[in-house]
Amino acid sequence: MVMARYRWLQLERGSEHTGRERKLMAGLVIAREVLIEAPAEVVWRTITEPDQMSQWFADRVDLVIEPGAHGYMGFGDQGGPVVVETVDPPTRFSFRWNHPRGEEPVAGNSMLVEFTLTPEGEERTRLRVTESGHELRDWPDAEKQRYADEHQEGWAEYLDRLAAVLAKGQQG
Amino acid sequence: MTAQVDDELWSAIGDPSRRRVLDLLVSNGEVSASWLAGRVPVSRQAVSKHLVVLEQAGLISRRKQGREVLYHVQAGRLDQATRAMADLAAQWDGRLATIKRLAEAAHAENKRRQA
Repeated sequence: MVMARYRWLQLERGSEHTGRERKLMAGLVIAREVLIEAPAEVVWRTITEPDQMSQWFADRVDLVIEPGAHGYMGFGDQGGPVVVETVDPPTRFSFRWNHPRGEEPVAGNSMLVEFTLTPEGEERTRLRVTESGHELRDWPDAEKQRYADEHQEGWAEYLDRLAAVLAKGQQG
Repeated sequence: MTAQVDDELWSAIGDPSRRRVLDLLVSNGEVSASWLAGRVPVSRQAVSKHLVVLEQAGLISRRKQGREVLYHVQAGRLDQATRAMADLAAQWDGRLATIKRLAEAAHAENKRRQA
């Protein structure tokens, strides 16, 4: 619930606090996956067809699945703009959201949600979803690479690891 | 918990240099700003600024020891962030579970029709 509030705060701020620094989460935020007993083509339709999307994602999905297409996703009485980025059936689908109203979403002002479908045999598909924030733009390339290597994990894993190290330290 | 506080928290952890500082504080306990400055790829002044932001977000605290100022992590605040991230992960797990159910049902239906 905390995150849901955070999310829509980002959207509201777009119009009301245009001068303020955007505060988005950096790097890979979330990476999750699931193994589905269905061919990739079937999974692809489930994640990209708007009437299907409204069953697993937003309550209201106004979106054409084409690269660069602008759409809208509604969650109850809230919602915001979405822009499709990659459409590569049946393996990759991505979109950006949480960018300020009226602005084109780019790396730096939005969150990128990316689905990757990997067939495992004829009737099984591994579906991975990642959600990532702005890139490490202000860092030297070598440092970016080092950081990326060290932080392959998402935020959930990052924080879990910190908490675990901390708990261990407090015991000892 | 207010939205303002959350915003400060995410903003504080969002910066890669500050994540590095947090990493170092978590694994090394109490350390000084100059010790940190030797291990983060930014200037000593930048490290000081990052420490201020982390402190304002409630993620770290300082303590004076003689002439030195030592910094340490606030476990409660970190735990709060961890729980918020777990919520987000659970949201995506829920969505993936629904996708799995829908796709497997559609696949079963396709096979039934073909049979």
